Amino acid sequence: MAAFKNPQILLASDLRDGEVMFLGASGWERDHRRARVALDAAAAAELEKIGHAEYASNHVVDVYLTDVEIEPDGVPTPLHYREKMRIKGPSVRRDLGKQATGA
Amino acid sequence: MSVHDLSAAARPNAPTTTYRYDEFDADFVRERVAEFREQVRRRLEGSLTEDEFRPFRLMNGLYLQLHAYMLRVAIPYGTLTARQMRCLADIADRWDRGYGHFTTRQNLQYNWPKLIDTPDILDALADVEMHAIQTSGNCIRNVTADHFAGVAADEIEDPRATAEFLRQWSSLHPEFSFLPRKFKIAVTGATHDRAAILAHDIGLRILKNDAGDIGYQVMVGGGLGRSPFIGKIIRDFLPRADLLAYLEAIMRVYNRYGRRDNKYKARIKILVHEKGIEAIRDAVEKEFASMDRSVFSHDPEEFTRIAAYFAPPPYESLPAVSATLRAARNDNPALDNFVAVNVSPHREPGYAIVTVSLKPIGGIPGDATSAQMRTLADASERFGFGELRVSHEQNIILPHVKQDDLPALWRILDAAGLATANAGLISDIISCPGLDYCSLATARSIPIAQEISKRFSDMSRQRRIGKLGVKISGCINACGHHHIGAIGILGLEKKGQESYQITLGGDPTFSAAIGEIVGPGVGAEQVPDVIEHLVDFYLAEREEKETFIDTWRRVGHARFKDALRREGEDGAYI
Repeated sequence: MAAFKNPQILLASDLRDGEVMFLGASGWERDHRRARVALDAAAAAELEKIGHAEYASNHVVDVYLTDVEIEPDGVPTPLHYREKMRIKGPSVRRDLGKQATGA
Repeated sequence: MSVHDLSAAARPNAPTTTYRYDEFDADFVRERVAEFREQVRRRLEGSLTEDEFRPFRLMNGLYLQLHAYMLRVAIPYGTLTARQMRCLADIADRWDRGYGHFTTRQNLQYNWPKLIDTPDILDALADVEMHAIQTSGNCIRNVTADHFAGVAADEIEDPRATAEFLRQWSSLHPEFSFLPRKFKIAVTGATHDRAAILAHDIGLRILKNDAGDIGYQVMVGGGLGRSPFIGKIIRDFLPRADLLAYLEAIMRVYNRYGRRDNKYKARIKILVHEKGIEAIRDAVEKEFASMDRSVFSHDPEEFTRIAAYFAPPPYESLPAVSATLRAARNDNPALDNFVAVNVSPHREPGYAIVTVSLKPIGGIPGDATSAQMRTLADASERFGFGELRVSHEQNIILPHVKQDDLPALWRILDAAGLATANAGLISDIISCPGLDYCSLATARSIPIAQEISKRFSDMSRQRRIGKLGVKISGCINACGHHHIGAIGILGLEKKGQESYQITLGGDPTFSAAIGEIVGPGVGAEQVPDVIEHLVDFYLAEREEKETFIDTWRRVGHARFKDALRREGEDGAYI
């Protein structure tokens, strides 16, 4: 297991429509602001375990953890630009994706 | 199904000059949709795992991307009817987000389909004789062709008959459904290569030999991606009668010796590079000589039957030059520029080939809204026998427009935002979707294209610069063909940031070349400055009628590279 360096959240894609999902406190959320944040390696492992079970249950696909930083308002924001794109939508079409609905 | 009725083709809403499904084709596509519908049902109920399902969805063109699924629809050799274009628009509205993206493989991608809707989308496509089969996976992909096929003034033969012949041969070919990697074939029948055939696994150039027989120069081992190579000639002249057998022999050699242990070394270009073209030629010729060729024997009647689908429409007898157009051009500078830049010579007197640019200034290369698709469908019916083409340059072609009709067509295109007069100019940029959509991408490519386009928004400046191919890829897979751009831009990740590597000297034509790297990558915000410096240097150095690539070849890479260095600053732009 890679060394735990930053807080993490768990991403996946909804099986039915492919939309990006985030594991929240009580299930999958479509808004990253409601994502459950792992602050240590054990918590991250727990997120992964749930993710694997959800994948096996055919609810989601493409499940993985990503590093985040916690904003002053408590919102987890991905550190990598790829996942920053995923929480919003295409940067060239602000009218599409999560950003279009205010996420 | 019978060959289209040529007498009907002259009417508005007429059928067009393209292949029509026969009963076998139609049944097969419907059965395939039904099969996929069942696979989707089983996936959603959980009786198929993702590992089991993924190959099925990919075989039907369905990918999972960054924000949603993506469906890639096959447009064989880039030819579309108005009815098909209208169907693509309807699908965009009903099941997607009102637009589509035309690709460098002459296909169309929807960026937002839902898995649960995909079988219905495929059924809608089947209604107009379309599908998404072999738009993914390690198989022979959509066979591409010159987008001016059948109308180009420099053409020996319409390449679409050959392309369709190969499509039928390669579709679900049992030996080639699980190749070491994907496999791409392109065909041209012209003396100028507009299909980038030397950047394909197999490139076919239709030739006529001294005896007047039609055959093919066969190139093999071209390709872009991580390890770019220009195709090499494996046969100078292959008689048409041997086409299928010879390609079968190439595929067998590839299937036998192509590497399966490392996907980055699995394309035939690597095999050709590592073994050498002579060794590959020997192996192919040996296979060709020893195989039972009777099963691949050429059926001239079948080829003629297929070729008949691409027969010219019933053109009118017209003067070579339109007085109506000349007068309209004199009165309307915008029309004049459009005709000068986006209209190409047609083999038929009084007709023209129109390139409709999908590259408005600051726009997304290759994207068209459903309304624009319908406008194009309507325009093709009103002015061009209901036929359209998709170019690998991500534009739409109206191949049979009367010169007299160009003013009226231009007005319609202009009203729909489709009259940008930049075909072949610096803002006619090829760009893959990049990290805005693609899960493989390492950087964004569309915003780079948009910024360059805006930087050169002055159309008179673009015309002064002249023909200049800028091509952008968002990762090393090179879907944006950056290796063969006169200016190529490759987006990579460097220290957690998007970084762009610039290459110069790439060429997609018969004088094909892979671009050379200028230096270390630059940040996104620097790219337009770098391009502008390169262009300014070219303008200062060029001799009469030289294109950018001509000047680059004459003065050399080193001087272009030096041109990017600036005195008194911290180092250089690059």
